[in-house]
Amino acid sequence: MSERKPEDLKSILATDCGSTTTKAILIEKRGDEYRLIVRGEAPTTVEAPFEDVTRGVLNAIMEVEELAGRKILDGERIITPQEGNAGVDLYISTSSAGGGLQMMVSGVVKSMTGESAQRAALGAGAIVMDVIASNDGRLPHEKIKRIRQLRPDMILLSGGIDGGTTSHVVEMAELLAAADPKARLGAGYELPVIYAGNKDAAPMVEEILGSKTALVITDNLRPVLERENLTPARDKIHDLFMEHVMAHAPGYKKLMTWSPVPIMPTPGAVGLIIETIAREEKINVVGVDIGGATTDVFSVFQTIFNRTVSANLGMSYSVSNVLAEAGLPNILRWVPFEIGEPDLRNRIKNKMIRPTTIPQTMEELVIEQAIAREALRLAFEQHKTLAVGLKGVQQERTISDTFEQTASGESLVRLDHLDLLVGSGGVLSHAPRRAQSALMMLDAFLPEHVTELAVDSIFMMPQLGVLSTVHPTAARQVFEKDCLIRLGSSVAPVGPGKEGQPALKVSLELPGGKREELSIPYGALRLLPLGEGEFAKATLRPEKGFDVGEGKGKERTVNLRGGVVGVIFDCRGRRPFGLPEDRARRIVKLNEWNDALAAYPAVVRS
Amino acid sequence: MAHSYTPGLKVTAFAVVRRERKLPLAGSVLVNVGDNVAAEAIVARTELPGNVQSVNAANLLGILPEDVQDCLTKSVGSSVAKGEVFAESKSFFGLFRSKAVSPVAGTLESVSSVTGQALLREPPIPVEVDAYVDGTIVEVHPKQGVTVETRGTYIQGIFGIGGETCGELHVAVAAPSDTLTEAMIGEKDRGKILVGGAHVTTKTLLHAIQLGVRAIVIGGFDDHDLREFLGYDLGVAITGSEEKGITLVVTEGFGEIPMAGRTFELLKACEGRKVSVSGATQIRAGVLRPEIICPRLEAELKSSAHDESPGGEGLSVGCQIRIIRQPFFGRLGIVTSLPPEPTALETEAKVRVLEVDFGGGERAFLPRANVERIES
Repeated sequence: MSERKPEDLKSILATDCGSTTTKAILIEKRGDEYRLIVRGEAPTTVEAPFEDVTRGVLNAIMEVEELAGRKILDGERIITPQEGNAGVDLYISTSSAGGGLQMMVSGVVKSMTGESAQRAALGAGAIVMDVIASNDGRLPHEKIKRIRQLRPDMILLSGGIDGGTTSHVVEMAELLAAADPKARLGAGYELPVIYAGNKDAAPMVEEILGSKTALVITDNLRPVLERENLTPARDKIHDLFMEHVMAHAPGYKKLMTWSPVPIMPTPGAVGLIIETIAREEKINVVGVDIGGATTDVFSVFQTIFNRTVSANLGMSYSVSNVLAEAGLPNILRWVPFEIGEPDLRNRIKNKMIRPTTIPQTMEELVIEQAIAREALRLAFEQHKTLAVGLKGVQQERTISDTFEQTASGESLVRLDHLDLLVGSGGVLSHAPRRAQSALMMLDAFLPEHVTELAVDSIFMMPQLGVLSTVHPTAARQVFEKDCLIRLGSSVAPVGPGKEGQPALKVSLELPGGKREELSIPYGALRLLPLGEGEFAKATLRPEKGFDVGEGKGKERTVNLRGGVVGVIFDCRGRRPFGLPEDRARRIVKLNEWNDALAAYPAVVRS
Repeated sequence: MAHSYTPGLKVTAFAVVRRERKLPLAGSVLVNVGDNVAAEAIVARTELPGNVQSVNAANLLGILPEDVQDCLTKSVGSSVAKGEVFAESKSFFGLFRSKAVSPVAGTLESVSSVTGQALLREPPIPVEVDAYVDGTIVEVHPKQGVTVETRGTYIQGIFGIGGETCGELHVAVAAPSDTLTEAMIGEKDRGKILVGGAHVTTKTLLHAIQLGVRAIVIGGFDDHDLREFLGYDLGVAITGSEEKGITLVVTEGFGEIPMAGRTFELLKACEGRKVSVSGATQIRAGVLRPEIICPRLEAELKSSAHDESPGGEGLSVGCQIRIIRQPFFGRLGIVTSLPPEPTALETEAKVRVLEVDFGGGERAFLPRANVERIES
């Protein structure tokens, strides 16, 4: 890289090591612009028996070689720079492998500092494996055993308000020291421990844990009983995850030597792209990346960027947790055919224990997409509670409302102000029909008024995010031409209504001057085909009680952007949106909506 | 061909298995390198500090925290019996006495002049680590534990619950497709590791617990049974610490699934032998699968496959596979072709596939991601 100017690069190979799959893309300069040539993938190999992420990377590259019909590898080495038709000029990578961040947290009183520590860890995107507290009813040796058994990636130790008890915090530190816990990934490195408790106990904690763990001391996350201060602890969790956990994941040291560009964490790279879209187009954006173990939600509202990682919501490793959190009825409500509860439960668990499998039948696909709707919905709910104004960082609360977690700051995420919703991740990017992705996003996010929908075509936002740090032109060209697939726009009037009654009238001026009038009843979905790059001038006339952005019953004229799906008029209701309670009626409605978008072939109803 | 492999679970007649056995904190190692140990043998021991109980002495005595020290009837560091008075206050010319008694037998560890809390520590708790498998000590980790090595049949399950145990193996069903029922489990099975076939229910598990069965190895288990058995919906597959009185190892998956023939045959060959079983599962990076280890001599086996390698080098024509997703979930077959170009499935998704021969002339194309190689 050092001797070459970015514009001299003829070919770029980029990989993203996800928790389930490693994706490789080959970008080549064709004429004056960079374009995606092929994409290959292979299972990620962080797990035993391989425990070397580079195996999966090599496998994915081999697939690229095969599909592109040219040589990139020389044995287990990427040929750089390109020599003739062999090799590539630049190799870059992102990673989220390792199954997300798994943490154990500890506090003095389980329901107080224990809960605060849990919130800090959850907010930072961790799975909280256990909360250890002085009063959790377990004997010290039981706690020690538990700490050792769980093999967390990181431990957050908290407890005591500033100036309060030190002895219990110290006792928890002693337990940790006694446990001498092993980190989950790789042996021979010290487990990161963050201390965010009573500042008076910090020196004692340092004495006990300083030599045994990679201890970092930060501000108390509960400095006084009435106030949480979670941000410093969350920031430290993010820092340590990158510095310690990811760097110690099997094979990463080797992988790091293959690229002149630092390996970027996948969510960070996707965030870069989302931020760029919002900044360049001056719009409010929500992006979602649903992976195997985690679902990341990104938002830019009023130029403020927020990111949350729902570490326990995903489509493979965490699929069973979606079931546990959403509940079976919430998943079943999206399935347009009869399926027995035991059967569905077994299918979900089988996906959990064999996370790399894919749906082969239409029935399996529909079930997987039903689960995805709930994973997306829950992740977005979590995002809304965390993406709050500054007040939310310091929540004033009294003992009486300690047990009720409500964000004091108002959420920045306003669906009625959302301009663009971008979906990414296997289940959205790889949906066989784009209309399936559009419908999944509509159902999960319930965008209001007028919103554009897009997906990452073949899930390459992570690679383009890291590429943008070294070659912004190539990243932009590929992003515009090959990555972002504009699905179209959705128009969703907000308000309650009655099935079949008029909800929205639309006057359209279509490309070529053709005019069309539409009347959409409440409870219906209607698709207007409007291709990529096409716009339609629409005068939206909501019925009394419905709002499309100008107030209840008020007309609004907008330019609707088309896409590979088209313009979707979604009059199924917002605030509230509901599905029929009766199973048979619900199935009829789901099929009606699926048909309106031609989302599935008729076989689903058989 | 691209290496789109799916590593299978290890099911091998003969393997060298090493297991680290470590104490939760520093202690003494009781064995030496080269010692032959039984699974139940204690290989390391330590004492953990006893549990700490706190008593708010200032409140009990109705005095200020700083005065508690003066009212102690037992000195800090001395031992106290359960119910014994360790502090006493006198008031009203000594007419009324308030007392603080110890809720546990142990030591009066400290008294805080800030909070008035007295900390009483229970006696140390002995903690021991056993060898888990019959084998030989090949490494001693000073003050921490040992590594035990054994040789024999090694079978990984796909999912399990419950911790480590050992006992005599008994195959309780006639065929791998049989359901393990209550009627098949009797008093004779106390302390044993039972091998079932395709399915077991929570009711049968509870019956087995009552009869003292230590572990059950089964092909399939229903998720609704799992929820009923655990009492909660398992979200993330991290198990091993459940204390349900039995260890369960599922070899194939959720549902009613006949145990793979090879697994069943290998387990049958271990009938009457002592085996070690662990249900601990962690399906994440650093994956941990449940296991059954049956120490045995290499010479006993006609065709011993030394299998320390992970296998799964790739799928190739002729290799045996197991289907791990609907619509052929649980079935076995032989790979007959691996077309390189992506092929459309019923879902309309284009993926890389393979052709499988199920025998009897039945063939099908399947996504490569939906099969696992059966290692031999």
